[in-house]
Amino acid sequence: MEPVIHSVPYVGWVYPNETIFEWSVLIAVYPYLTGLVAGAFTVSSLYQVFGFQRLKPVAHLALLTSLCFMIFVPTPLLLHLGHPERAFNATLTPHWTSAMAAFGYFASFYVVLLLLETWFAYRPFIVEQAQKRTDLLGKLYGLLTLGSYDVSPRAIAYDQKWILWLAITGIPAAHGLHGYVGFMYGSLKSREWWSSDLMPVIFLFSAIISGVSLLVVLYAASCKLRKIPIDVECVKGLAYTIWGFIMVAILLESLAFANLVYKGREGIEMIMQYVTGPLLIPYFLLQFAIGLLLPFLWLSYMIWRGTTGRAMIIGVTISSILVLFSVFMMRWNVVIGGQEISKTGKGLLFYQLFVGGKEGALVAIALSVAPLIALLGLSRILPPWIHGTVSSRVSAMGGH
Amino acid sequence: MKEEDRNPSQAARREFLSKLGRAATCVGAVAGAAGLGVVSNASGKSEPASEGASFPTKDYDWTQHQWAFGVDATKCIGCLRCVEACKKENSVPQNAHQFRTWVERYVYLEGEDAAHIDSQQDPVNIEASGSQKEFRFANRYKNAKVEKAFFVPKLCNHCTHPACVQVCPVGATYKTKDGVVLIDHEYCIGCRYCVQACPYGARYFNEEAGVSDKCTWCYHRITKGLQPACVEVCPVGARIFGDRKDPQSPINLFIRNNRVQVLRPESGNAPNVFYVGIDKEVN
Repeated sequence: MEPVIHSVPYVGWVYPNETIFEWSVLIAVYPYLTGLVAGAFTVSSLYQVFGFQRLKPVAHLALLTSLCFMIFVPTPLLLHLGHPERAFNATLTPHWTSAMAAFGYFASFYVVLLLLETWFAYRPFIVEQAQKRTDLLGKLYGLLTLGSYDVSPRAIAYDQKWILWLAITGIPAAHGLHGYVGFMYGSLKSREWWSSDLMPVIFLFSAIISGVSLLVVLYAASCKLRKIPIDVECVKGLAYTIWGFIMVAILLESLAFANLVYKGREGIEMIMQYVTGPLLIPYFLLQFAIGLLLPFLWLSYMIWRGTTGRAMIIGVTISSILVLFSVFMMRWNVVIGGQEISKTGKGLLFYQLFVGGKEGALVAIALSVAPLIALLGLSRILPPWIHGTVSSRVSAMGGH
Repeated sequence: MKEEDRNPSQAARREFLSKLGRAATCVGAVAGAAGLGVVSNASGKSEPASEGASFPTKDYDWTQHQWAFGVDATKCIGCLRCVEACKKENSVPQNAHQFRTWVERYVYLEGEDAAHIDSQQDPVNIEASGSQKEFRFANRYKNAKVEKAFFVPKLCNHCTHPACVQVCPVGATYKTKDGVVLIDHEYCIGCRYCVQACPYGARYFNEEAGVSDKCTWCYHRITKGLQPACVEVCPVGARIFGDRKDPQSPINLFIRNNRVQVLRPESGNAPNVFYVGIDKEVN
């Protein structure tokens, strides 16, 4: 039988209770998923609110991706809780001084918003399918219409207004949700590694680049699967978005680190020993050099040279995979890294990732992959490439 | 002519949305009412007594006390009776990784600037004691020239502004009127945010119970007029406990007669464990 507690090895002086790691890899997966939600939603909003027409081929994919990932956001937290059956206590009796207390409200509000926006966006398609199909799926579409079959131009225009306002509301909601995750760490004064005012914005910008990168990968993969050509302009639009935000992400993370080192408060010696020792590869090499600087330089090069076509698509897709990896490493380095530096400032602990178990690597991988499977399923019912949003709306409006 | 008359489809849509809104309001109201029920239960739990003469015993009024703790590190001999007594008294898991109280040893060797620090949980010390249920400090510096050495007992600081209470998302951990920070184990969800937030490492997570745990200053004892178990067993009087509202209590005498300090004052937590005889490296 598995022992109840897993203590970790350490060097130097650490408080006795610290020898058990309390926040596991699942707590790194949680902000990762939240970030992907916020980032994907950004793409959807860039199209819906800011009119970035280039991003039209991924606009619906972005919305569905956001929804599927958002549904899974609470799962790592629930698996981690000592009493998951009491999870709703935080929503029913929130203790407002806690940065964690509002999570239930934020998350629920955002899920409802995503569901509503998806419904409005797909309404013409749902109605069409409900009227066309006679099979079981037709019945499902019938249910999804919620009894509203009106697709007249006026009704569509009315829907469009809802979509716009939901998308506008969604921007602060998605980004608030994620910035708030950053605040949960940044507001803790017990750990120098976390306690940074920049933490919420760092989380936010890394979230945006991760979500946009995810869409690049999903879009490229979906085109390959469907054997259709990839829209070069769309990928270019996404690449510009990543490029713009990655600059800020790099700058913010560098500033936070520079601040930490320059202020050199108590415990800085241990932090320096940590970042130049155990964290050298995960932080400087994987997260910064390979995950952020390389994609930034590569994207810059492609923009400078005007690279297009297949070379550009390959370049952007690989850069996106690197960014996705980098942002996961960032979550890891914050959540796990923070706990590896002892609160004493005089010792280091070494987290051990288990393969199995409730909070092991397999569960973490499963939770990261589950939203993709959900997306695959959902895309069968609500195909992301059916553009009920504008094209069919315009034609519907023009046709009447 | 009303707009709805001009546009029946929009009227139908508005009606539908308004129905949806009403339905949502009803569901919200029901959920809210249910929620309120839980709220009242919960607040009953997280603030165990309103103004209390009946809590936790009939004869105890928590508005009449303000508890505080003192540690005289110059007296501690590192015997670790306190750690063992605490584990027994409070059913703390019998292992070398979870403690409500612990003792730190600081040893300055000749020619070295930084102290060698360890506690009873250090593998060398566990090996010396031969068990994770009994604790001893190994005589690991017997062949070295020791310049200065001392022990520092540690425990929850029952801060006036506790970071752990601040971050608890459900209010399961709370500050009592008599100055003690407690945890409602029936309400704790086991998120461990409090464990992370405590700058002193005073909290641990009880895996079996699925809840956070820490020192309560033996609340079940002090409310009956007894001393905390660690204070009771300390053979040298290194641990001092008492009521700040009683001018002649041991803790008030300790604070009055010594120049005391607290750990990590810069945290703003305002601890209520007062130390005498600690050194610059103790935090």
